[in-house]
Amino acid sequence: MNNMRKIERDVKMTDTKITARSVNVHYGDTHAIKDVDVNIADKTVTAFIGPSGCGKSTFLRCLNRMNDTIDICRVTGEIKIDDKDINHKSVDPVQLRAQVGMVFQKPNPFPKSIYDNIAYGPRIHGLSKSKSELDEIVERALRRGAIWDEVKDRLDQPGTGLSGGQQQRLCIARAVATEPEVLLMDEPCSALDPIATAQVEELIDELRQDYSVVIVTHSMQQAARVSQKTAFFHLGNLVEFNDTGEIFTNPSDPRTESYITGRIG
Amino acid sequence: MTSYHGMFSALLILVPVLTFILLWIALQGPVVDRITMAGLPEGVLDGLDSGGVQLVLAEIKSVSRGQIFGTPEDWKIAAAGRYVILHDRADWWLFAAVTILSLALLAFARSRVAADFRARQGVEGIVSGLMIFCSTVAIFTTIGIIASLSYETWRFFERVPVAEFLFGLNWEPQIPLREDQIAAKGAFGWLPVILGTIVITVVALVVAVPVGLFSAIYLNEFAPKRLRSIVKPVLEILAGVPTVVYGFFAILVVAPAIRSFGQSIGLDVAPNTALAAGGVMGIMLIPFISSFADDALSAVPQAMRDGALGLGSTRGEMMTTVLFPAALPGIVGGVLLAVSRAIGETMIVVMAAGLIAKMTINPLDSVTTVTVQIVTLLIGDTSFDNPKTLAAFALGMMLFLVTLMINILALRIVRKYREAYD
Ligand SMILES: Nc1ncnc2c1ncn2[C@@H]1O[C@H](COP(=O)(O)OP(=O)(O)OP(=O)(O)O)[C@@H](O)[C@H]1O
Ligand SMILES: [Mg+2]
Repeated sequence: MNNMRKIERDVKMTDTKITARSVNVHYGDTHAIKDVDVNIADKTVTAFIGPSGCGKSTFLRCLNRMNDTIDICRVTGEIKIDDKDINHKSVDPVQLRAQVGMVFQKPNPFPKSIYDNIAYGPRIHGLSKSKSELDEIVERALRRGAIWDEVKDRLDQPGTGLSGGQQQRLCIARAVATEPEVLLMDEPCSALDPIATAQVEELIDELRQDYSVVIVTHSMQQAARVSQKTAFFHLGNLVEFNDTGEIFTNPSDPRTESYITGRIG
Repeated sequence: MTSYHGMFSALLILVPVLTFILLWIALQGPVVDRITMAGLPEGVLDGLDSGGVQLVLAEIKSVSRGQIFGTPEDWKIAAAGRYVILHDRADWWLFAAVTILSLALLAFARSRVAADFRARQGVEGIVSGLMIFCSTVAIFTTIGIIASLSYETWRFFERVPVAEFLFGLNWEPQIPLREDQIAAKGAFGWLPVILGTIVITVVALVVAVPVGLFSAIYLNEFAPKRLRSIVKPVLEILAGVPTVVYGFFAILVVAPAIRSFGQSIGLDVAPNTALAAGGVMGIMLIPFISSFADDALSAVPQAMRDGALGLGSTRGEMMTTVLFPAALPGIVGGVLLAVSRAIGETMIVVMAAGLIAKMTINPLDSVTTVTVQIVTLLIGDTSFDNPKTLAAFALGMMLFLVTLMINILALRIVRKYREAYD
């Protein structure tokens, strides 16, 4: 009996990275997320799709407690990462955010040099002991962000001077440099051209080796290409959550079907 | 569209009529005075200089208001009577003239305004003409001020060499009252004066910059909403306190406190120290700097904060590593504007700083400032053509140039920084 439970837990730990139970989010009087239950697996890419305003970003922001920074936002319910309740008093949101990285919808490089942008996380978390180690971290992150070749000769120039697509890849590299366990991406490709998008998608696929990746996207094709699991949100409800192939070929809910065939959205 | 026709007619009538009324009111007084004086009997003004004539006129006017002192001559009473009648008539004439002018303009406007008349262009032409007029008034006033300042400065430098003024180490703006007086010739080296200004400004900034900056940082990022809603208005009240009140505070509270504290630890402290004047000026500048810093910090986009927090930085780290550097140009611009305010501030230093110019940078000593010297040079009853009075204009010119340069620099920095996020 005892043994069985242990095995069960082991399986859970390797398979499921994040569990959410009856999560509700209110912005003042707006009920943005309604009773969402979801299990997000480790080493997989999970896509959140759904019409605009349905709460994808809001739910994503629950996972690293970024909603704490919004005064009027109230989150209830239980969210566990590695079986640890992230809303528990003992959890420091600052630590949590180092562990759960985030890439935002709009590229937001700091008004600093490209190098300093990437080195920002490693510096505040003390990930490097020496300058050369930091250089290595920066180069590795920029390579993973598929932007190294474009910026390697101008690391000391401001990150804000890059093009929109380059800025977004810079922000992805910046998030990766902190070595998070979970990477949350809120429409990371909405400002990118098809080539950069392909590079980022390749990067996401690569990140899957080590991380659990959650990506919000408005592109059905993108969700189909990069994700293994897909969650469909509608008006704050999690309508359907299943293997990506299943959702796109054989949706069980009529709302999902209308959305992916382009009838609502 | 039709409303433009009405507006056009209204403007066409109102602008000339109002101008006419203003001119009339401005000219009525002098014209009536002249007519009254011209109507006086022959010979009564003989032997009077212009001051005496003015006196007679004033007496006639006061008689006309019914304030009769002593027994005025008959011709004065008669003149007063004429004066009253003239004024009454002038009012009627004004009324008549305005009516006729309005009717004429109305007829003119009617003749211009037909259905196909493009009234909008007409209105826009008149309105933009008015706006151009207003802005030129501002520009010409500025030019006029600078011109008169330059002229007086030039007259000063005719009497005192430029080099002596710019590089002299002595400031003793006395001039002999009599030719044979032995007292000093007067020295006009402005360096000790500007040094005093610098000392006081530095003291003020030492007080204002850290306090203003930290209060802005705290209010902007760390304070609970309720506290912010209390403290911000209080800071704004501080900004609205008249400087003369700060002056009282400096001489009645701060200066004695500094003095007695200094004496208690065995220091010799002047009664009107640079420290007291500068410190109180610093208090005056706190809201100024804090509101500039607050604006600069608030202008940093939310995305920057999200980015920093999302990477796992604390609020403090976010402030020091992202927000503050991003807001720095705006903050520096605000500090520079505060510097130019401190340099130009007059009331506090007139009340709390000293009068004697000394080459010292000791804040416990008594120093004087450019503005204090300007005030003391001008409140004497010396005439406007001796170097002592003219020196005030030279000082004013220097003050103007210095603050102008600082302001240009500050505005450039602030503007450049505004562009950074658009
Ligand atoms: N800061 C906020 N304050 C108040 N309401 C908010 C805030 N952020 C989001 N909301 C509300 O919460 C709901 C969900 O918003 P959310 O940003 O999560 O949508 P989304 O699915 O990410 O949409 P999109 O695809 O357009 O990004 C919306 O009704 C929105 O108006
Ligand atoms: Mg969104």
